[in-house]
Amino acid sequence: MWKKWMALKKTTRSSAVTYAIVIAAYLVIQLLSSLGLLSSLFTGLLVPLCTYVILAVSLNLVVGFLGELSLGHAGFMCVGAFASAFFSRCMEDAIPVSGLRFLIALLIGAAVAGLFGILIGIPVLRLKGDYLAIVTLAFGEIIKNVINVLFIGRDSNGFHFSTKDAVSLNMEPDGEVLINGPQGITGTPKDATFTIGVILILISLFLIINLINSRSGRAIMAIRDNRIAAESIGINITKYKLMAFAISAALAGVAGVLYAHNLSTLTATPKNFGYNMSIMILVFVVLGGIGSIRGSIIAAVVLTLLPEMLRGLSDYRMLIYAIVLILMMLFNWAPKAIEWRERHLSKFRFFGRRKDEPAGKGA
Amino acid sequence: MALLEVKNLSISFGGLRAVDAFEIQIEKGQLYGLIGPNGAGKTTVFNLLTGVYRPNEGIIRLDGTDITGKSPIEINHAGIARTFQNIRLFKELSVLDNVKAGLHNHYRYSTLEGIFRLPKFRRMEREMDARAMEILKVFDLGEEAETKAANLPYGKQRKLEIARAMATEPKLLLLDEPAAGMNPNETGELMETIRFVRDHFDMTILLIEHDMKLVSGICEELTVLNFGHVLAQGETSAVLNNPEVISAYLGDE
Amino acid sequence: MSFLSYLINGISLGSVYAIIALGYTMVYGIAKMLNFAHGDVIMIGAYIVFTCVSSAGMHPALAVLISIVGCTVLGVAIERVAYRPLRNAASPLAVLITAIGMSYLLQNVALLIFGANTKTFPEILTLPSISLAGGQLNITGTSLVTIGACIVIMICLMAFIHRTKAGQAMLAVSEDKGAAQLMGINVNGTIALTFAIGSALAAVAGVLLCSAYPSLTPYTGSMPGIRAFVAAVFGGIGSIPGAFIGGILLGVIEILGRAYISSQLADAIVFGVLIVVLLVKPAGILGKNIQEKV
Repeated sequence: MWKKWMALKKTTRSSAVTYAIVIAAYLVIQLLSSLGLLSSLFTGLLVPLCTYVILAVSLNLVVGFLGELSLGHAGFMCVGAFASAFFSRCMEDAIPVSGLRFLIALLIGAAVAGLFGILIGIPVLRLKGDYLAIVTLAFGEIIKNVINVLFIGRDSNGFHFSTKDAVSLNMEPDGEVLINGPQGITGTPKDATFTIGVILILISLFLIINLINSRSGRAIMAIRDNRIAAESIGINITKYKLMAFAISAALAGVAGVLYAHNLSTLTATPKNFGYNMSIMILVFVVLGGIGSIRGSIIAAVVLTLLPEMLRGLSDYRMLIYAIVLILMMLFNWAPKAIEWRERHLSKFRFFGRRKDEPAGKGA
Repeated sequence: MALLEVKNLSISFGGLRAVDAFEIQIEKGQLYGLIGPNGAGKTTVFNLLTGVYRPNEGIIRLDGTDITGKSPIEINHAGIARTFQNIRLFKELSVLDNVKAGLHNHYRYSTLEGIFRLPKFRRMEREMDARAMEILKVFDLGEEAETKAANLPYGKQRKLEIARAMATEPKLLLLDEPAAGMNPNETGELMETIRFVRDHFDMTILLIEHDMKLVSGICEELTVLNFGHVLAQGETSAVLNNPEVISAYLGDE
Repeated sequence: MSFLSYLINGISLGSVYAIIALGYTMVYGIAKMLNFAHGDVIMIGAYIVFTCVSSAGMHPALAVLISIVGCTVLGVAIERVAYRPLRNAASPLAVLITAIGMSYLLQNVALLIFGANTKTFPEILTLPSISLAGGQLNITGTSLVTIGACIVIMICLMAFIHRTKAGQAMLAVSEDKGAAQLMGINVNGTIALTFAIGSALAAVAGVLLCSAYPSLTPYTGSMPGIRAFVAAVFGGIGSIPGAFIGGILLGVIEILGRAYISSQLADAIVFGVLIVVLLVKPAGILGKNIQEKV
């Protein structure tokens, strides 16, 4: 058995471990939950946790494997959330089977977010580094802003749009407001469950890990490591940048669908879809180890639970969170800290990969 | 017909004519040297040939096809591969994956076939692995296939860059100062490799070099560039004995 | 006439953005990092003035001075403790995330000390407003002071950078740290000085911002910080005149957009213009587009 295991490619083994961790965590939580050992607070966190994991893993595709800084990931999530919630809200009566409805909502959320990824990506991906970062940030803010002034209603005459207020929709008395500007969408069916969330995590992992370990993934990482050299060996830069960006956006859309179908009221606030959220996801990616998918997952889980675990410290929890974040960054990245670690803890491994391992292999 | 034919190639940067009326003809199978003092415009010529810069004037023909003004990607597809003066490897990838990236356009399968691990993915990856190992062995890098490229010693990094370029199956290989930073031993070994690549793959090679020993040792013909102009052109020994070339290199007495 | 008064309001708001953006751009130019905590230094500066004036009853001028000193010390300390150790980190993202952590830290410290309640910033700029065109055009004293302060700061900064040895050292370090070090320039000292100046400017910006919009919370600095960052990119990040022009333009676009297009879509308009500008001029209005050497 062990021999068979070791005969597998290192990348295959590594991704198998990642899948196993996710499945094991799922089983443990299910067990605890059936024994009634989970607080309602923790249970309430499970679906958001899945959302964050998908967001972190998908952002890692852009930041870790394509090597571009995006600060607009929450924007794609927002697009996916609203597109799918709008669909589910409209179709609640037409498609009573919640599983089927949710599946279609998922596809819609992913497709719309992916489409936005392409639309934004075409003009924007020729910008570099910090400029790309600021434009993606700007994009996220625009999305959030536009959704907050969007009013859509439906009555016997069909759909009505407005960017002013619900009254100017001019609906018949039988009409109902579907998207109500800053009040967002209310009454989205709560189709998302923890099990669905975990399945979506596994699907996201499958897509990204297999992409990375294929011809296209190699091209994406080649562009990251050296764009000019990648061009010189005939790799189509635009195509692969766009591919990574669009897949990442589509998966953020999936996370958005999950998020939206876990809430009865969906609004676009600075807190959930603003740049603060994008930054939060970036923190997961960087702290988990840029280009380490397993690291992204662990960081997303730990950093989501950390403030909750610190809840007892009430006012001090976000302060501690900030200090922990700074200290972890210093410990993980400062050349002096790395040197110290290598001297004293040569076998120690913190989320990320060891220095001598080729990057981006497996997970 | 010559494999590479360049006529009247010129480019200016803000009024400075970096390359002026550059001409060259390289026959198939030739090992050709491009030399000249620092700042003579040698690398600029490479950048023009590979589409990094667009020339202001002139024509570049590869194997009879006009490739002037094409993008680096198109030019690679047309059959020119290159290495860089300051090594440009895919540092975080393994040695094997560097070469497999070079094979990108010769072993195709779609992204979906890759994600869903369809039979074509398995077959192509297997073939790619075999081909890449074959190329690595030529450059004596077979042992290091799983090493991260950044961790290779300097001399081997240079070799890997050539291997990656060769993986794209070019008609013409451009080497930008392949011996830069090497000790005499490594240079000697590199000369062997270059000669071997030419013979083994029947490759046409144009190289920029400072190391006179390497140039005179392996190049059949030379072009000397000085201040963007062609100073001399022809058979190696004749060019190296040309008084103008000697004075350009050593300065006027 | 309303157009003119909107324009003046825009220039006034833009001047605040410009002062913040100057700090952003100087730090970026020299340390090549986006200092996400810069906006929060503004907030700290404003709280210092608030405390000195409202609680301790100090003279506003003294309060502003204390705030400037406090922010300068804070900025230098942040650089020393959190950013300098990461200057040569393998990924530039490391210091970016640390800056984000620092931003959270400052916000939460303020939250602990001052609470989440909105504080009303004291009126310390008590200049009379000016009436023009027979009372049709009214310019507030705060606007005048803000615009004036921005112009003075801008001129002083340019003079400092081009006329003094320390300023020249800054230029040298921003071009090439290694070479500057070889030339005997104290790189650490120069970068610390840049943070000092940037943070002092942030204190000034905090006072001016809160004088115009007197509600103060721990998150007050966050959005203006992002806006100023946009302004710096807009003008060409790393360029001092660029930050000035970018800031003013951004303020004017924001106010005119609010007035004539939609007040709710102000953010979308500002960020939309940014995207368009960057697509036309990828390095910003005054930025240098540097091609990677092959």
